[in-house]
Formats: sequence, structure tokens, C-alpha cells
Amino acid sequence: MNTSLLKKLAVAMLIAGTFFTASAALKVGDTLPELASFKLEGALPDALKGKIVIVDFWASWCLPCAKSFPVLDELQKKYGDKLVVLAVNVDEKKANMEKFLQKHAVGFAVVRDAEQKLVAVVEPATMPTSFILDGAGKVRFLHNGFHGEDTRKEYITEIESLLK
Amino acid sequence: MKIKVFFILASALLVGTGCANVKPWQRGTLADYTMQADRDPLGTAQAEHIWFSREEASGGRGVGGGGCGCN
Repeated sequence: MNTSLLKKLAVAMLIAGTFFTASAALKVGDTLPELASFKLEGALPDALKGKIVIVDFWASWCLPCAKSFPVLDELQKKYGDKLVVLAVNVDEKKANMEKFLQKHAVGFAVVRDAEQKLVAVVEPATMPTSFILDGAGKVRFLHNGFHGEDTRKEYITEIESLLK
Repeated sequence: MKIKVFFILASALLVGTGCANVKPWQRGTLADYTMQADRDPLGTAQAEHIWFSREEASGGRGVGGGGCGCN
């Protein structure tokens, strides 16, 4: 067997693999896309500009998401008008989201990415994933998953740093 | 020679098409209760006991979690 041909084939497959796994996920420093253009179900908060925003991607089947909700609710109550918590549900079935929200009632805004278009652009690495945006809509902090008290403390530290 | 190259390419193509990249937000079905291998605790305990008794082996039933990608 021609070894050089095999080598070329291997290199081509590696390049192809890199190309197909290339990600354009939202990261720190990026600006969140305009939410209104994604046809999200539910009412978006009126004004996000000038406020700190936590955009949290979650699903009803995700246990850490359920654990994160009381913390996000607490933060919304604590910081009031200075903070907007926006939870974006990615469930395929609306009924699952509604059942979850009945069990975990919250005071912050919840919308549903029914067509999974926003989530496909943002590409969160885990469920949940939350982005903390500054007043200009730029991602300043990113949280993959929810790790209880550790994440809660990080949220508070980060929000306080943005408020300064 | 050509047949070998064709065979390698065809195999690579076949293997490649067998891969599915399930995104974290698409794992609702994988995270479902019915997808858990040990959803019947009593049945699992019985099976474990039998295997342990007969083969001196237990465990090895996969990793924790339902594959939802949570954390």
C-alpha cells in the first residue's frame, strides 16, 4: 500500500474534521445577537440596554437548571432594576417547559426558543449555560453549568464588578 | 491498488456517516428516564447479584447521568 497516499488521506480527514467541528459559539467579548429577530415565544423584557443582563439557556430535563432557578430569582430580587435575568428555554415540547415552571415558579423573564434558532447561534456548551452581559450588550462572563454556591458567589462577584 | 483506496475511502465515508453530533440542547431524549439503563433498581440489583455470584464481577454499568450533558 502506498504510505504517502495514506498519509495524504489522513491529513485530508483531519482537515475535514477540523472544518466540520469548527464552532462559532458565543464567547466572552462577543455581542449577543438581536433577540427580537429569533421569534422567541414569550415577552422579551422592555429595555436591556444600560442594564446588566443574565441570559440563561436551560431545559426542563436538566437537573442543574432546576437548581439554578432559585439563585437567579434571588439575584433578580436583590438587584432589581439594575439586572435583567432572561431565561431562554430550549425544550422541544412547550408542555415540558410549562410543567417545569409550575414546579419552579420564578419572577424573572422566561422565553422559549421553540425553533432552536437562537441556541444554534449561541451554541451553549452545556445545559445550563449563562452569559452575563454588560450595559452595552457585550458578553463579559460565561458560566458553563451550574455548581451551586460556587456559581452563586461568582454571579454576585461578577455583577458587583459590572455595577462599579 | 485502486480497489484498496476505494475500499478505504468507502469505509471512511461509511464510518463518517454513522456519527451524529448531538448538541447539548438536543439531549432531552437522551436525558429521559426511559433511557436510563438502571431505571429498575430492584431488577438491576438482582442482575448484579446473579453476575457477581456466577462471574465474580459486578458494576461496569456505564457512567453516571442520563447523557444530558448537564455539567
